[in-house]
Amino acid sequence: MDKEKDWPLWEIFIRSRAGLNHKHVGSLHAADADMAIENARDVYTRRNEGISIWVVESKHITASNPEDSESLFEPADNKIYRHPTFYNLPDEVKHM
Amino acid sequence: MQSYTKYSPELEYVLRIADNSLIMGHRVSEWCGHGPVLEQDIALTNIALDLLGQSRMYLQYAAELMGGEETEDSLAFLRDAMQFRNCLLVERPNGDFAHTMVRSFLFDSFHYFFTKELLNSSDKRLKDIAEKSLKEITYHRKFSAEWTIRLGDGTEESHNRMQNAVDELWPYKGELTHPDSLDKKMAKKGVGVDLKKIEPMVGEFVGQIMDRAGLKTPQDVYMHRGGKEGTHSEHLGFILAEMQFMQRAYPGQKW
Repeated sequence: MDKEKDWPLWEIFIRSRAGLNHKHVGSLHAADADMAIENARDVYTRRNEGISIWVVESKHITASNPEDSESLFEPADNKIYRHPTFYNLPDEVKHM
Repeated sequence: MQSYTKYSPELEYVLRIADNSLIMGHRVSEWCGHGPVLEQDIALTNIALDLLGQSRMYLQYAAELMGGEETEDSLAFLRDAMQFRNCLLVERPNGDFAHTMVRSFLFDSFHYFFTKELLNSSDKRLKDIAEKSLKEITYHRKFSAEWTIRLGDGTEESHNRMQNAVDELWPYKGELTHPDSLDKKMAKKGVGVDLKKIEPMVGEFVGQIMDRAGLKTPQDVYMHRGGKEGTHSEHLGFILAEMQFMQRAYPGQKW
């Protein structure tokens, strides 16, 4: 298929049930947002995976540069006091 | 196998509904692995599976009405063409994507209003199946109507292909909402759908979408009929040859 005639790529986010976040599940091609939602319904929710769909055209996503990983992420490595690891979580609290 | 010449009116009626979904489902399933893009391949296959699921429920009911050894499988895989009761539209070949979409659009438009009316059936079994199927059919109708608009109102080529498909398939639209004596009888009993009642609803919906798609409605067209009574086009024979091959070659074969 001619590159210019290819449908744009869309990133798909599915909320699996009420109270949970939309989660990135993958991407697909579609001519516009409406078609992207319908395609996502058929590609990603045919086994009851979701109750809500978000679609974002891939070109609108800005990603961090892998070369910046050291400066971006490593400083957080040895700051364990930022994690709530020193508390006991009651069993009733789910999805933390 | 029983002789099929002695269908009761109820059985005959259930088979009409079952066979529409079965043959339409088979036709749509022929796209599996051949869709224009992966996303539509999956969408079409989902729709084919929905239709197959619906036909199973109707055929199970038909098999119970027949009694004896009859099952949904024997009805699907061991009847010959003359014993099928689907309308002619659903056996039309897939052709290009435009043909498939127009065929789906015309069938889904009918199927939606038909099934919605079937919710009022005095036959509880039919009513229950209709209720289960309606959500799927609502989606099918949305899907094929949106594609009809997209392609009809798309490029010059997509528009021409859609108009060709409309012109070719329109003559098979009439049979869907044209009541024969059995349709009238079953509607009067409160079991079946009053086709005269849904005809304007189907017409209005189809007209609206055709307008938005910029497609011309063919005028004064001869309407083919006969599928509902068992007089089919040559295409059904080829469908059955493929669909029934396994059961014919290996009788009694199971999954």
